[in-house]
Amino acid sequence: MSLYIYDEIDQRVVDQRVAQYRDQTQRFLAGKLSEEEFRPLRLRNGLYVQRYAPMLRVAIPYGILSSKQLRKLAHIARKYDRDYGHFSTRQNIQYNWPKLEEVPDILAELATVQMHAIQTSGNCIRNITADHFGGVARDEIVDSFVWCEIIRQWSTFHPEFNWLPRKFKIAVNGASVDRAATHVHDIGLHAVRDDKGEIGFRVVIGGGLGRTPIVGPVVREFLPWQHLLTYLEAALRVYNRHGRRDNIYKARIKILVKETGLEKFRAEVETEWAQLKDGPNTLVAEEVRRVEARFTRPAYAALPENDQALTERLATDTAFRNWHQRNVFPHKVPGYAAVTLSLKKNGIPPGDATSAQMDAVADLADRFSFGELRVSHEQNLILADVRKSDLSAVWEEAKQLGLATPNIGLLTNIICCPGGDFCSLANAKSIPVALAIQERFDNLDYLHDIGELDLNISGCINACGHHHVGHIGILGVDKNSEEWYQIQVGGNQGETRKGEIRPGVAYPGAALGKVLGPSFARAEVPDVIEDLINCYLERRDSDAERFIDVVHRIGIEPFKEAVYGKPDSKSPRRNRQLATA
Amino acid sequence: MANLIQNRRVETDSWQRLELGADGALPPVPADGDVIVPLALWKARRDALAARSGKTGVWLNSNEGPETIVGDLARLPLVAINFPTIADGRGLSTARLLRERHGYTGEIRAIGTVIKDLLLGMHRCGFDSFLLRDDQEPEDALRAFDELADAYQASVIEKQPLFRRRLTGAS
Repeated sequence: MSLYIYDEIDQRVVDQRVAQYRDQTQRFLAGKLSEEEFRPLRLRNGLYVQRYAPMLRVAIPYGILSSKQLRKLAHIARKYDRDYGHFSTRQNIQYNWPKLEEVPDILAELATVQMHAIQTSGNCIRNITADHFGGVARDEIVDSFVWCEIIRQWSTFHPEFNWLPRKFKIAVNGASVDRAATHVHDIGLHAVRDDKGEIGFRVVIGGGLGRTPIVGPVVREFLPWQHLLTYLEAALRVYNRHGRRDNIYKARIKILVKETGLEKFRAEVETEWAQLKDGPNTLVAEEVRRVEARFTRPAYAALPENDQALTERLATDTAFRNWHQRNVFPHKVPGYAAVTLSLKKNGIPPGDATSAQMDAVADLADRFSFGELRVSHEQNLILADVRKSDLSAVWEEAKQLGLATPNIGLLTNIICCPGGDFCSLANAKSIPVALAIQERFDNLDYLHDIGELDLNISGCINACGHHHVGHIGILGVDKNSEEWYQIQVGGNQGETRKGEIRPGVAYPGAALGKVLGPSFARAEVPDVIEDLINCYLERRDSDAERFIDVVHRIGIEPFKEAVYGKPDSKSPRRNRQLATA
Repeated sequence: MANLIQNRRVETDSWQRLELGADGALPPVPADGDVIVPLALWKARRDALAARSGKTGVWLNSNEGPETIVGDLARLPLVAINFPTIADGRGLSTARLLRERHGYTGEIRAIGTVIKDLLLGMHRCGFDSFLLRDDQEPEDALRAFDELADAYQASVIEKQPLFRRRLTGAS
């Protein structure tokens, strides 16, 4: 189950939104809407005015796309942009060069394939994100997509919650492993089952990254599914009424939770909920079934668990084995696997895909994965339902397309925001840093030896590159109008890495990285990363102990020393840093 | 004034809005006519105001929630809610609570930054009159109510969420 198909009402909603936005654009161009007031209106449709041009963010709800939709995205890149798109950390796609006056036409094209840019920006409820292996992962508890779609519909043009103090991000995870970073969202929902097998949600409220990174607390351990929307209404109402509006940096719900205190905040939500509970927004089984029935279902064949030819190739072909080890994820249906197509090839900005690549991936999806694919928050594309007997063919074709870099979970699978090359908020460029690091760690054997490592880069404190939850996080900062890079270690987005899923084994929870010390010039960053890696390699017990495990075991001091030298040493880098600190 | 929308028609406004002085001083109240007074004035002189020959309504700022007037709703034919900027959505919760929790059936009027693009959401939250900002074109603004025909959510004007309407075939 994966792709929700609109009914005529869903379609009318997006069609009418296109007309409404066209009217807003025309009024702006005619001088009837001020720049100041058009701004929040265009943002609610994903249109930013960036450093060099507008940027349009198109929603890919919970990361699911059909091949037809991907071809449309490719077409838009070709016709309205510079022949490429950027897949973001929130499972959206961004176009960096559209013309403001053509955006209504782009939206009209999107609506023909049941897509839109609704609420992809602005202080409203944003695109719902989800575990990118929903529906296929072996550790799945609940298919999260049905719940994502129910929340998407509820949040679309919600009349009361369209002008919140700040943006509001909801993530849903349906597996025992958290692949949706639910503890760093405004609301994170873990779909779970209670002792009786009833579905419900563990509700985390008030996590987030940005200027004040917080691992969100659990506000409710078990919310029965019927009450999902009434509880969300209660939480959003408390936030809409009491969230701070005096200071943009203190306006997220995490600050409200922190300043109110968890117990008091929980009591306020529960008090509000008591008034809404069992009201008209209480979900009913018929609706859940209706939504479920509108999702496509892959017609899986009955296949043996193992494929003989695959087993043989894995035994003899090292390059294929490396790719299989990193980029192929186990599937709950025998004989199938999920394949990640890496958008992290050295020399290409992380998450970027050309129109030609998008078209080619759409073809791959049609031939090998029921015409559907997914976008992960790690900015890669996923063919979720590939026959094991087709893995060799998919690999060969992905190689031709430059999408077979076997680096999922490895250092060069860098999560990176667009940074100062595009974004007007950025303090520093991020893409050149990512490219320089990828270049430094170009040797695949070395990369595989280093093992699992998340390296995340943000060009400013807004943390679109999720640097706080990278095992190594890099943050661009501005000092006297110069670009500098602060480096932290020990963050964790809360998922165990690919490989065998071990039911019942606790996974290391989300954690925020700690800053190592004074920041570095851009040219120094690859050296610093190499120092950190060398420190890790010297100290790990075995290659089973990952970088993040070593940081958690020995703390950051040894890494600090590796980078800056001992306090009494005369390391040139330390001296230089002290001079500029 | 030709910039009042009421019940989806452009209407003449009979109400005069009073504001506090710059130093927070209570303004004088005209002897006759319908007035909308700031909350502070209502709190200070509610009995005298209620005894006037003209009608008296109260306006709330965005930080003044429904709890500030729940005890007086039976005496108030009109509650106005101010939107200081396009971005401040607190008044939407206030209106919805007045209607749905406190059963208020009088007029709820949007004042302040009342522009075409906000009308439909306000309407769904329980506003039934809209004092448009001066630069708005009332006839154009009226079109806002029909821009989006469907709403997924339950609201003041649609008690059942779409999923319940779908089940009963009412949509």
